[in-house]
Amino acid sequence: MKVEQISIFLENKAGRLAEVTGILGKADINIRALSLADTSDFGILRLIVNDHEKAKKVLKERGFTVGRTEVVAVEVDDRPGGLNRILQILFDGGINVEYMYAFVQQSGQNAVLIFRFDNADSAVEVLGRNGVTVIEGEKLYAM
Amino acid sequence: MIYNEEYETMPREALEAIQLRRLQSVVARVYSTVPFYQKRFDEAGLKPDHIRSLDDLRKLPFTYKDNLRDNYPFGMFTVPMDNVVRIHASSGTTGKPTVVGYTARDIQTWSELMARTLMAGGATKGDMIHNAYGYGLFTGGLGFHYGAEKLGASVIPISGGNTKRQVMIMKDFAPTILTCTPSYALMIGEVAEEMGINFRELHFKAGIFGAEPWSEQMREEIEKKLNLKAMDIYGLSEIIGPGVSVECIEAQNGLHIFEDHFIPEIIDPDTEEVLPYNTPGELVFTTITKEAFPVIRYRTRDISILHPEPCRCGRTMVRMGRVRGRSDDMLIIRGVNVFPSQIESVIMEFDGIEPHYQLVVEREGRLDTLTVMVEVNERIFSDEVKNMQAMEQSLEKNIKEMLGVAAQVKLVEPKSIQRTEGKAVRVMDKREI
Repeated sequence: MKVEQISIFLENKAGRLAEVTGILGKADINIRALSLADTSDFGILRLIVNDHEKAKKVLKERGFTVGRTEVVAVEVDDRPGGLNRILQILFDGGINVEYMYAFVQQSGQNAVLIFRFDNADSAVEVLGRNGVTVIEGEKLYAM
Repeated sequence: MIYNEEYETMPREALEAIQLRRLQSVVARVYSTVPFYQKRFDEAGLKPDHIRSLDDLRKLPFTYKDNLRDNYPFGMFTVPMDNVVRIHASSGTTGKPTVVGYTARDIQTWSELMARTLMAGGATKGDMIHNAYGYGLFTGGLGFHYGAEKLGASVIPISGGNTKRQVMIMKDFAPTILTCTPSYALMIGEVAEEMGINFRELHFKAGIFGAEPWSEQMREEIEKKLNLKAMDIYGLSEIIGPGVSVECIEAQNGLHIFEDHFIPEIIDPDTEEVLPYNTPGELVFTTITKEAFPVIRYRTRDISILHPEPCRCGRTMVRMGRVRGRSDDMLIIRGVNVFPSQIESVIMEFDGIEPHYQLVVEREGRLDTLTVMVEVNERIFSDEVKNMQAMEQSLEKNIKEMLGVAAQVKLVEPKSIQRTEGKAVRVMDKREI
């Protein structure tokens, strides 16, 4: 029920992000979703790609520090209140969100939320119990 | 003005006779009381009575900072703790400080030397001394304090920090002599300016500045901004603290070494060969009057030069040039000695960090800043910003605790620290001094 996310350490230097996207583009890797968390010194780029093994390999070859994390992808109706409903369920279930980001599917019907929980298993359980659709990794990579 | 005319202007011949007598006495004393020296002298086949002339000094083995560390804390003391009345310390190469001790007579000697220092720098009994050197284990604050009292001047023991209050006191008490590090002098100048106080309205006539490297340009700036004459002072706790040498206000050209207490030599730091006067090299000192903690041929690692020519102030003591660098990798940051190896040991305590780091020292405004760049690797990388920042903060805290100096830790990408022949460049000192 979980999705593999890769994260990359970036110094706040001109051109570093473009270098990552360049490497991935050349390796024919498609980015499904991304978020960039930054401080004044450094950034952490988080990506969901169609082939995380390959992405990790090519980035490491080029000297990047790459981490791997399991995140949870949730489908939500693309309309007002959609996100709030999910967050309320998580709050009521006592689940902590470390960070999250979202993207809208090409079809335009649904949005996909990517969550990083401190305890992914109990989060998936709480979401499932409340009828929220958790997207399988394989499905997301191929979207 | 000269505090101790008899000694400070003594003819060289008479001075050398005193030096020899004192040298013979200290050599005999360390040989019989400190196992370290006895062992070293025995290894070199030397007995104290082999020292028959001042030239015989160069037969004696050198003493290194590592030797002091190996005998931490009190192994180099020549007297029982009963006779020690004061202990000071400075930072060592690997975290353990270098510890020094003083007998009551040592404190008297030191006070006399600091009284000489203050008077050489323009102070008299009638002056009020604003002493902004740090009080504590560091020798600066108490060294000046005792000298000022010995001279009979009035001392304000304000120590470092709380600059606005310092400026207020300068305005209200009207001190005439300022003693602090040169960078702090400039900072006081700036804070005063912000507070709308002009140094021309204050009453300073001279300042004695040291404990960190500075330049002629900085002297000009201090003299202009603070409206006083700025003198350079040199000292290190291993020798006695401040009071090893100082510039005279008459010439401001080289620091007179108090040779009736310390014998200086200049050596080539690589071959350890003694160099003639007027040749730059590493300063080596032998203390010839200290009781609790004498040192024989101590390698200071400070690069300087000795000028024997007489000075117009009348002192006959040799002058050393401004310290122009180090023969090791020690950095002096805001007056605190910092060795890269100390920071390395803090970093390496952190699980997962590899020894890829670099220290960047800069001067922002008036103060030195230390940035420690640490390369990130997969073991310490996290996808969560808060974990990465917590790691930075924890390293900063450990460095501060270990060194007593604040550092900013900056995480950088792997392989981004410049390497020469595979070895990382450990220190980038960007200060323009």
